[in-house]
Amino acid sequence: MQETISFTPQLAASPIAEILWLIPAVPMVAAGIAALLMQAKRKTSATLAIGSISVSLLLSLMAFAHVLAGWLHGQAVRETVSFTWIQVGSANIDLGWVLDPLSAVMLAMVSFVGLLIFIYSVGYIKHDESFTRFFCFMSLFAGAMLGVVISNSILLLFMCWELVGLTSYLLIGFWYQRPAAAAAAKKAFLTTRIGDVFFLLGMVWLFAQTGTLVFYQSGGGALEPAALAVLLSQHAGLGLTAAGAIGLLIFAGAAGKSGQFPLHVWLPDAMEGPTPVSALIHAATMVAAGVYLIARVYPLMAAGALAGGTTTALTVVTWVGAFTAVFAALIAVAQNDIKRILAYSTVSQLGYMMAGLGMGGVAVGMFHLITHAFFKALLFLGAGSVIHGCQGEQDVRRMGGLKSDMPLTFLTYAIGMLALCGFPLIFSGFWSKDGILEAAQHWSVAKTPFYMLVFGALLTAFYMTRQVVYVFGGHWRGGKPAHESPAVMLVPLGILAFFAMVLGFIGTPAWPWFSAFIDGRVAGFAWRGFMESGLLMLMGASTLVVFLGLGLGWKLYGDRSPKPSEPDALERMIPPVWAALRDKLYVDELYGVTVIAFYGWWARVADWLDRQVWGGVVAGVAWGFGLGAQLNRFLDTNVVDGVFDKGCDELSVGGGLLARMQTGRVQTYLRILALAVVVLAAILFWSSRA
Amino acid sequence: MTPLTSYLLVAALLFSIGLAGALTRRNAILVLIGIELMLNAANLNLIAFWRYGPHPELLTGMMFAIFSIAVAAAEAAVGLGLVIQIHRHAKTTDLDQMNRMKG
Repeated sequence: MQETISFTPQLAASPIAEILWLIPAVPMVAAGIAALLMQAKRKTSATLAIGSISVSLLLSLMAFAHVLAGWLHGQAVRETVSFTWIQVGSANIDLGWVLDPLSAVMLAMVSFVGLLIFIYSVGYIKHDESFTRFFCFMSLFAGAMLGVVISNSILLLFMCWELVGLTSYLLIGFWYQRPAAAAAAKKAFLTTRIGDVFFLLGMVWLFAQTGTLVFYQSGGGALEPAALAVLLSQHAGLGLTAAGAIGLLIFAGAAGKSGQFPLHVWLPDAMEGPTPVSALIHAATMVAAGVYLIARVYPLMAAGALAGGTTTALTVVTWVGAFTAVFAALIAVAQNDIKRILAYSTVSQLGYMMAGLGMGGVAVGMFHLITHAFFKALLFLGAGSVIHGCQGEQDVRRMGGLKSDMPLTFLTYAIGMLALCGFPLIFSGFWSKDGILEAAQHWSVAKTPFYMLVFGALLTAFYMTRQVVYVFGGHWRGGKPAHESPAVMLVPLGILAFFAMVLGFIGTPAWPWFSAFIDGRVAGFAWRGFMESGLLMLMGASTLVVFLGLGLGWKLYGDRSPKPSEPDALERMIPPVWAALRDKLYVDELYGVTVIAFYGWWARVADWLDRQVWGGVVAGVAWGFGLGAQLNRFLDTNVVDGVFDKGCDELSVGGGLLARMQTGRVQTYLRILALAVVVLAAILFWSSRA
Repeated sequence: MTPLTSYLLVAALLFSIGLAGALTRRNAILVLIGIELMLNAANLNLIAFWRYGPHPELLTGMMFAIFSIAVAAAEAAVGLGLVIQIHRHAKTTDLDQMNRMKG
């Protein structure tokens, strides 16, 4: 049915590929200029940021169009531009960028969602005094993220990856006056750094084995067959090949960035940042960078797989992803902060993407990434609109009845919520989640991930219903009445809502355009796509699960409008489970008594060593030198000075004695002279006589 | 008594007079005069030893005397110069009052 076109190794780079570097460079330059602006220049900074990302969007769309045109002509585009950055002896460290369907899709998504969130931010952050700083950081983030996307070198990717982490830190701590925000920023930075250490190790190992850090380079890249064969021939112990071990190390980095268990703890806390930041960085793009990274190095992860089989690395990715999906969804059920619910939902959905990558390949994971980026950005911006309308209130128990106060926000939020739940047919989440479930169903290793993911889907529908009912249903339970947000915030919501619906249609089983585009195949439209074995049944089952979740949520929470002090409906039914979920299954506490306690203890040991041992050695050396100095001083004052002083005294006394002879009386001198003459004469006389 | 002895006696007398004058007088100029007398006694000795010595035909003794007189003249000039300067400065020629250079 579908004929496979193999990727052409390296076409001569087209003009658009040559200038691909401009896409990240323009926002970065804008960030640099904004950094130099005065805080008062609000309009300039916003114009600069929005203008720069618009340029990036334009270029991204041109790049996308170029790849699309190539694909329509039956040619899979993969154009790379490389240059040597450092030359050490015979080893080169090359950097470069790549234009292929994967990067083109991601570029278009990041710059488009970025532009919408930038516009939305103008309304959201309008009254903040650090308006200019905000847009400076946001532009820097956009540049770095686009840099991650286009990188053709794992080193360049890592640099942009770290820049993204830095801007994430800066933006989570944007309101650094609040201790919680500062602590959350620190936590995010340190937790993702743990993953990045492994990533760095994997990168160094890769370079040691293959001598290159470039992904694709006319057959000489690290992801191309020659290098993969080298990696597969090396054994790293524990039954892993070097390819598998490096893949796992890189996955550890991706897990840190994408909030996979056990490194997910930073992402919910990151909600201390402004809501547009949560939408752009901690929902749509940065956290998806880990998924994108795995998609990018997929040939490495999948290297050595037998036909229809899977590799150790991909199996680990799948299990971690599936576990995270259920784990985070469970916690999301019992959260009361509107943004925290969404944050755990993001962690859970990232788990879906990872599982999709592990079981179904690049296209399945990436499709969910793209659709999720749109509907999760929509949900976050909707939540921002709600928070804005409720004067900063974030507790869902203190909201309610916003359906009538904020009708447009409600409409778009409901679309986002249904897309996230996977409401059948007209919402994008349905198609992308179904792709993952289908892949899970056919996974050869185990069936457990399939059931986990189905259970996760049920939970997703449940907690989203709970949230929406709390926020929009019932009657108003907060303080001052809510108001609808300005148009500058609502228009991006509308656009995102549109895409949250229609985007699913590029990846239906009947017309698997997206996966064909990513994998470089011809996409055919055929209704019989639905007729594949068990697919309709799966779709039916998934629909059933979604309705079950929605129904359960509605039954428990619908039209109840409980007071904020009242226990949750679920809490009344199963209090211990509820308490555990509310406390995030005690992962933070576990880290507190293990890792953090260990570090505290280790720091105290180091402190003790510093003070007592090294401090003692230093003090001893200082004491020794002090003693030497005392001895030296004693010698100086008593021996050297003594000799010198004695000599001086003797000279002085002698001078005094001699000076006495100098009477100053001429007559005396003359008398002595005369006496001397007489004595002389007498001596002469007597000696001549003798 | 040979003529030489007589000369030597005169010279000794002259030297003694000079020495006595130099030692007893307080006036610096008179001390200088005494010194001149002693110098001339020495000159007289030189001439006498030459004239009655083994080679009176050579001019050695005279040359000694002339050199001695020249040196004495220079010395006297320096001495008088000093005395005049001291007199200008201290308004006195009394040697007992010129004791500022004692150690």
